[in-house]
Amino acid sequence: MQLDIRGPIGWLFTLIGALLLGYGLLTGASPASTAGGLNINAWWGAVMAVFGIAMLLLTWRRFAAAGKRST
Amino acid sequence: MNHALKLGVVDYSIIGIYCLYVLGIGLVLRRSIRTSSDFFLSGRSIPAWVAGLAFMSANLGAQEVIGMAASGAKYGMATSHFYWVGAIPAMVFLGIFMMPFYYGSRARSVPEYLRLRFDEKTRAFNAISFTCMTVMSSGISMYAMGLLMNLLLGWNFSISVWLCAGVVLIYILLGGLTSAIYNEVLQFFLIVFGFIPLVLLGLHDIGGWSGLQAGLARVATSQGYAPGVWSESWRFMGSTSSNPMGVEWFGMVMGLGFVLSFGYWCTDFLLVQRAMAAESMSAARRTPLIATLPKMLFPFLVIVPGMIAIALTQRTGPGALSLPSKPDGSLNFDLVIPLMLGHYFPNGLLGLGLTALIASFMSGMAGNLTAFNTVWTNDIYQPYIRSNASDAHYLWMGRIITVVGVVLSLLAAYLVAQFNNIMDVLQLVFAFINAPLFATFLLGMFWKRANGHGAFAGLVAGTLAAAVHHGLTLPAHAVAGIKGGWLGLVHVYPSEMAQNFWTAIFAWSAGFLVTIAVSLASGAPQKDLTGLVYSQTPRLQEENERWYRRPVVLGVLALGAVIVLNVIFW
Repeated sequence: MQLDIRGPIGWLFTLIGALLLGYGLLTGASPASTAGGLNINAWWGAVMAVFGIAMLLLTWRRFAAAGKRST
Repeated sequence: MNHALKLGVVDYSIIGIYCLYVLGIGLVLRRSIRTSSDFFLSGRSIPAWVAGLAFMSANLGAQEVIGMAASGAKYGMATSHFYWVGAIPAMVFLGIFMMPFYYGSRARSVPEYLRLRFDEKTRAFNAISFTCMTVMSSGISMYAMGLLMNLLLGWNFSISVWLCAGVVLIYILLGGLTSAIYNEVLQFFLIVFGFIPLVLLGLHDIGGWSGLQAGLARVATSQGYAPGVWSESWRFMGSTSSNPMGVEWFGMVMGLGFVLSFGYWCTDFLLVQRAMAAESMSAARRTPLIATLPKMLFPFLVIVPGMIAIALTQRTGPGALSLPSKPDGSLNFDLVIPLMLGHYFPNGLLGLGLTALIASFMSGMAGNLTAFNTVWTNDIYQPYIRSNASDAHYLWMGRIITVVGVVLSLLAAYLVAQFNNIMDVLQLVFAFINAPLFATFLLGMFWKRANGHGAFAGLVAGTLAAAVHHGLTLPAHAVAGIKGGWLGLVHVYPSEMAQNFWTAIFAWSAGFLVTIAVSLASGAPQKDLTGLVYSQTPRLQEENERWYRRPVVLGVLALGAVIVLNVIFW
């Protein structure tokens, strides 16, 4: 296969997740009426980044395994 | 009334990152497109889970996200029938029973299978109607997107439509079907991550599931229905007057659950193409089965926000939501999702939610375009316009026709502007074209006596039956014209949806009976049907596969899970 899609997914979600996390931390919690006082940007950004990094780890593990087999 | 959302730099950044990203994937994939098979079928190299998510996402265009949330607000939990009755059983049937013939015949498209199994005219009929349908669907996607961007962000309708079409065009020209499939997978995760916080914030705000039920009970009683109509799926399906869909269980199960659903999921090349691109027979069969899992959970992501929105309209004071009206005075349900995004999401998440929406529009368009360019090139251009050209020529044609497809969809986008609910329009189109088609495939794959004359006559008869039925009936309170009744008036249905379901039932029955009658009246097929018909094909051996890779096991699990869901939300 030409390109493992998990790589691009991983990078995109890590990127957007980090952006949301950073923005959330900078601007603080959103108005209480919408998110119950929770800093939803920061929390959800963190969740997305974790998902993105997990996807990247899956790709790298596969690469490492493929590298070992070929040597 | 102004519904514009205030986007900040962070929101535009997320949308921008996504668009650049999509183009980047196309650029990377460009190097792997060497033959027409790479362009049209991804060189049959896609792993099952990727094909499965793409299969699910190809259907997750505008009609899904916007239309299903709109239906969630309009009809409540009963909208889940479109998933748990109208999708899962057909997807399981496709994976277990039909995929061996599609993939095993080595056909490059659904029309090509029809040529192998029946004859040239059946294929031509299907290829031409299919190309028209994909262009229409793609146009609907574009129209919905342009309208939304205009209402929400104040962007110019034409500019947003052309921009979006441009991005889709470029990534398909570069990476072909692989590009479309990869972006569909990306879009799947974006929708999931964009909508989970919407559901969580909404449910938290309204007081959980019980709070939602209480709100929906007020909605139901204010419209003169029993309190549970919006929060239960089956209980009020006994008669057409006890639920807002105006549909009773028989029309629902036969029309949606059997005819429309099997006609769409099992024969629509847009979907089947994703499975045909899979790396092996086993992966192709697992493609629709893997897709059943996200599909059965999606009602919670797309229908529940619609239900929350309609419940919020009953609130007074802060936190209430009001749905805007259309010029004719009816509520504009298609704005439910964008309104909810604006209601709950702060800047940041708002950008994510909008990106998820834009992604779903783009991949809906891309799915149609990739199916369109394949059927045009393989089933119309190659056999009837220029055969025996080089592979490079057909690859070139595939790219040219992709551009033409985009232009035609743009034209179609301006045509669909007059309909009230996108879903109803699609059901109508599918009823005319797809409903008789499933009769053809069912008989073609499981009755070796069915022949080309029968199949062709059946398709024509079924499509005509659909048109005649539509022309002779009307939904309640509608005027004759585009809604039906253009041939005279024989019957009035309580709703447009009921009319659509029954149009499908008539079309399928006519197609089924005429195919049998004409096949019996003309001779038996004079060709080798090995690999094309059930009784002439050796059974597949799958004992070597692990249990979780066996299609039958996956299919039974999916059906079991969906029965449980139906019972829980009865």
